[in-house]
Amino acid sequence: MDKASPVLAFKDVHVRYGGNEVVKGVSFTLARGEVTAIAGESGSGKTQTMLAALGLLGPEASATGSVLFEDRNLLALPEGELNHIRGKRIAIVFQEPMSALDPFVPVGKQIAAVMRRHEKLSPSQAKARAIELLDLVGIPEPDRRACAYVHELSGGQRQRVAIAMAVSCDPDVLIADEPTTALDVTVEARILDLITELKTRLGMAMVFISHDLGLVRRFADTIHVMRAGDIVESGSTQQIFSTPAHDYTKMLLAAAPKRTSRVPRQDAPVLLEARDLCVTYTLRGGLMSPRKEVRAVDHVSLALKQGQTLGLVGESGSGKSTLGRAILKLVAASGHISFEDRDLTGLDRKAMRPLRHQMQLVFQDPFGSLSPRMTISDIVTEGLRVHEPHLTRANRAARAAQALSEVRLDAALLQRFPHELSGGQRQRIAIARAMILKPKLVVLDEPTSALDRSVQADILDLLAALQKDHNLSYICISHDLSVMRAMADDIAVMKEGRIIEHGPAVEILTAPKTLYAQGLVAAAALKDPENARLLQLLQ
Amino acid sequence: MIEAAINETAARKGRLSITVSLAILILVGLACLLGPWLTPHSYDRVYRDYVLVGPSLVAHPSAEELDTSLAVLTRRIHADTSSYERHGGSLHLTLTSAKPIDPRVLRFFDHSDLFGPAQIIPGETNESTLAFDLPIRQTYFFFGTDANGRDLLTRTLIAGRISLAVGLLASLVALLIGVAWGATAGYLGGRIDTLMMRIVEVVYALPFIFLVILLVVIFGRNFILIFVAIGAVEWLDMARIVRGQTLSIKRRDYVAAAEALGATSSAILWRHIIPNAAGPITAYLTVLVPRVILLESFVSFLGLGVQEPLTSWGILIADGARNIQAPIHLLIFPALFLGLTLAALNQLGENWRDRTGAGGA
Repeated sequence: MDKASPVLAFKDVHVRYGGNEVVKGVSFTLARGEVTAIAGESGSGKTQTMLAALGLLGPEASATGSVLFEDRNLLALPEGELNHIRGKRIAIVFQEPMSALDPFVPVGKQIAAVMRRHEKLSPSQAKARAIELLDLVGIPEPDRRACAYVHELSGGQRQRVAIAMAVSCDPDVLIADEPTTALDVTVEARILDLITELKTRLGMAMVFISHDLGLVRRFADTIHVMRAGDIVESGSTQQIFSTPAHDYTKMLLAAAPKRTSRVPRQDAPVLLEARDLCVTYTLRGGLMSPRKEVRAVDHVSLALKQGQTLGLVGESGSGKSTLGRAILKLVAASGHISFEDRDLTGLDRKAMRPLRHQMQLVFQDPFGSLSPRMTISDIVTEGLRVHEPHLTRANRAARAAQALSEVRLDAALLQRFPHELSGGQRQRIAIARAMILKPKLVVLDEPTSALDRSVQADILDLLAALQKDHNLSYICISHDLSVMRAMADDIAVMKEGRIIEHGPAVEILTAPKTLYAQGLVAAAALKDPENARLLQLLQ
Repeated sequence: MIEAAINETAARKGRLSITVSLAILILVGLACLLGPWLTPHSYDRVYRDYVLVGPSLVAHPSAEELDTSLAVLTRRIHADTSSYERHGGSLHLTLTSAKPIDPRVLRFFDHSDLFGPAQIIPGETNESTLAFDLPIRQTYFFFGTDANGRDLLTRTLIAGRISLAVGLLASLVALLIGVAWGATAGYLGGRIDTLMMRIVEVVYALPFIFLVILLVVIFGRNFILIFVAIGAVEWLDMARIVRGQTLSIKRRDYVAAAEALGATSSAILWRHIIPNAAGPITAYLTVLVPRVILLESFVSFLGLGVQEPLTSWGILIADGARNIQAPIHLLIFPALFLGLTLAALNQLGENWRDRTGAGGA
């Protein structure tokens, strides 16, 4: 078979849920050995298209059109025949490896099971091959790791195992559905390296689904940009990046939020100071194992001036969120915190209450941070009930409308429930809930990482405007350096509970001193064209 | 978008079954509440002439019943029926006898469930002949009668009142104690949680029947005791469920956000935790109500609960099951009412759980 002939051909694929059409006639072909990327924001139907091809849609969905694989229409194939193709000829890697792998079976055995099923290998052969595959995907000590359970592996290793499982039967097509979205940036970079390497070594065709165009640039041959169930633009990677035709593609490409030019005042008074902050968790030991102490935050000292932003960068588990909450005294910490010359160290929960309206928190996940059973109005005014209980209902309603207009939302939303709003709107509501109390300090815990690219920039813009209007101080926690570049005046890099590097944002982003920070910057550069330029300048 | 579409189709199906189950519940509830006043019989009225009559829409007595009854009565009077004509709703009856007939024997007819008061026709009556008009009392037993000759329809509806009242009130008791206990234990955590849950376990360890007997011994036999006893046992499960929910909800971001706003513990419990645990609570409640109804019938079956002539569905079904060989209607009607109610409640609970499950609670 010649190389150019398509191995997988989508023709006018529609996916419907009841009367709702989520994929509206998608057609494209995948040549043998080609890597194609499907990019688009959440809800654009990119995953649904792929699940339809593998017959993995839920029972409520119906798919029409055709997906030809070796002249057979996958959409019309009976379940039994489809099972011979799924996993063996076409394999899929999901976004969240923790839920895609079985927690009760050692990973080596899971990989072996696939091969025993499809390739009819003997148990010992399958085991040997599983170890080989673990080695191939870059897991150290593969023979020992093969006996490990999923929870014993790190996030990156889990995804490697999922990839090993997918490539175990040497499939013709590998579908990767946002395989790195749940991972830290540095791990993400390594997984992408692995995928690029596997592509050249195994020569399989690949469909890579991602919301991030910058990510797929390195290894995709062609890119299809999807929006609301349609492919709005297709082309070679080079073409998409150099001459994007559709506005939507351009919007996706104009990814990184811009820095609002603002000169930090050096003489601003210090609003918050923390010295020697420690947060310790005690893990309850089992019958035989002793109690273990984990230091989530380890002797951290920092200072924040009024009207400025301190960025906390680090990978997941580095203790940055815990630090943010410790500063607000939401988790018990030892050490010294002062806020506007007031010593907060000895204050208990009750004594903190009158101070709470000055220090607020915005969470990462706008879906989790709003109570699903309360109306927007109740959510936004909750703080007023605590801190200004004398307000009448009408007063509160007026304040809520005002807060909503401040975050650029329509006051008509007040009577709605959170599930009726989009992610960006919800995050604005979360911001409004904090702003209604007119705080001085706001801790932003990954304020944009759960949002689509196009929404991220708006939210950062809003946050910057609010900071300017109210002379707010932010502690902005993020793993995303582009957010840092847009927001932070100072940056503190955290690793294993400690601040290992601290300085002005420009310095850290352009000339990181520690190896760890350099790794972070380099990993971010892979995704971000603007960072890439910076990196080239550096080298 | 996709989730919304799935939810929509599921919701449409859900709405239909919710409507149907709600309609059934409301109908059963209204029937039990108002029905006993509308039926012509009292639940404890015994019709000795209509023991174990089958269900029918036709009025009693039938011609056959009339004949048998007349035969029995005239034999008791030691007289013969010389003529007997039926004019619509009454009988024209002439009795003759060798011995003189005392008109007071007519009381036999008065006492019968089939006839109204007799009117002697003076012109045709002499010493050995007694002529009188006898109005036929038309009675309906749509569900038939039980072994004591009581109207099953009325009894089923009265029983429904008791069963539903016990089901709702005892569940309410369990709900209030269980939610308050579980939410407090779960939210405060630590040593208080441990202590409160150990108490739950201790109460769990008491056998239910032992508890009921103990209560009866101390307080005497009392209708209220059923609520107390059942409520005292059933809140334990509720407390555990609510505690579990609370443990997971209190780690949600919106609770952390409320803490950051400075809300008090009771405000957080009331505004955030309990509303968000409402889904599982309601779902469990709809399972709890039928369970309580069954428990009540069990207690009554042992003679510790509702006492005759008052009755409940459980007792009626037990009666019906005992008489299952001959008149099956004794079992069918109460079982139908109980079954419909339980099924509707379960269906309602299931839909509720589905909906709140999708809503993220």
